[in-house]
Amino acid sequence: MSDPIPYARPAPGTQPPLDSPAYRSTQGRAPLLAPIRAPHTLTETSSPRLSPLHYPAQADMSVHNGKAAMGERIIVAGRVLDEAGRPVANSMVEVWQANSAGRYHHVRDDHDAPLDPNFEGHARIFTDAEGRYRFTTIRPGAYPWRNHHNAWRPVHIHFALFGQGYAQRMITQMYFPGDPLLALDPIFNTTADEAARQRLIASFDLGVTEPEWALGYRFDITLRGPAATPFEEGDHP
Amino acid sequence: MATAHQTAGPYWHMIDFPAWADLLRADGPNAGAEGERIVIEGTITDGDGALVTDAMVEIWHADPAGRYDAAFQGFGRCATNAEGRFRFVTLKPGPVPGRGNTLQAPHVQIAIFARGLLSHLTTRLYFAGEPLNETDPLLGLVPAERRATLMAEPVSPGTWQLDIRLRGGAETVFLDI
Ligand SMILES: [Fe+3]
Repeated sequence: MSDPIPYARPAPGTQPPLDSPAYRSTQGRAPLLAPIRAPHTLTETSSPRLSPLHYPAQADMSVHNGKAAMGERIIVAGRVLDEAGRPVANSMVEVWQANSAGRYHHVRDDHDAPLDPNFEGHARIFTDAEGRYRFTTIRPGAYPWRNHHNAWRPVHIHFALFGQGYAQRMITQMYFPGDPLLALDPIFNTTADEAARQRLIASFDLGVTEPEWALGYRFDITLRGPAATPFEEGDHP
Repeated sequence: MATAHQTAGPYWHMIDFPAWADLLRADGPNAGAEGERIVIEGTITDGDGALVTDAMVEIWHADPAGRYDAAFQGFGRCATNAEGRFRFVTLKPGPVPGRGNTLQAPHVQIAIFARGLLSHLTTRLYFAGEPLNETDPLLGLVPAERRATLMAEPVSPGTWQLDIRLRGGAETVFLDI
């Protein structure tokens, strides 16, 4: 049988290095030894086919048990493509976030900000045939963390994506335009490449915005694409 | 350019669904699937040897015939508990074709997401004593003295244990995939 097409490796600086001292928690957890470069086999180029049948979609975080959550309702929409521009179709996307006051509905979040009984803060959506996704939520609040003195995370929404091969599996964060905390955030700033960082920031989009209802933000996500030439992987037996 | 990874952070449990650790659950996609039922478990420790109690562990593996394109979905997710432990129930995967007409030993891909990991770590679990381990192409790339970090040991019938050390000591072999 023919070998699966490998995925491209990231361009230098476009992914955050595991060992990033400014983000203190990396210092106990980032491996010290270099990883072994693994050839891409069916294990890396296949991915779970997660269907809404067993993983039901839930695309509206702004209402819980029929009651509206507190805060500024927003719509987030975008496309998931690979680096070759091909849509990542019918793929599960998970999102989670803090509430409008910057508090997670999570036992370990002890930030002294109010919990909202009408906001849990997680959703599950599926991309369509063109890779498009869309969900409704509440704009999250910034929250403090103890990384350094007076450390605050910029406003963000966590995204988990699968793709069509497990080598495309990724978790990222979507940030909001104009957030003054971005310049101060070690997690955001560990990625060296300026363009790569900018792509983590959603854009306000009047086309996504719904009149009399909610502001809209666009956040497009790119998963790894096929390697430029399979021969680049020639060192892989 | 692919979107940059960012840490799952300490609050990823918003997407923790404990049932997913049992790949054979009655209401799941693999209900009724046939094969050798196994338990995979282990403890994750950090660079100081401290228990990692807030990690999200995912597994991805082939079906008992070594296939990824059949009905069985070898995907599971488990949070490490207060003892730093994860535990999955699944079917033992079969050998999977490798590149260039090679054959890979039965293995389970493991992804670890956590606070302090800006992108997830990838490793593999192999089954100690499996004859194909001797010729597995990936194990062949791993220095012999470090291969044990990928080798699950049977601790009771059907239960395989693989402890994972994120950093330092007998650091687990992680993969750049
Ligand atoms: Fe967060």
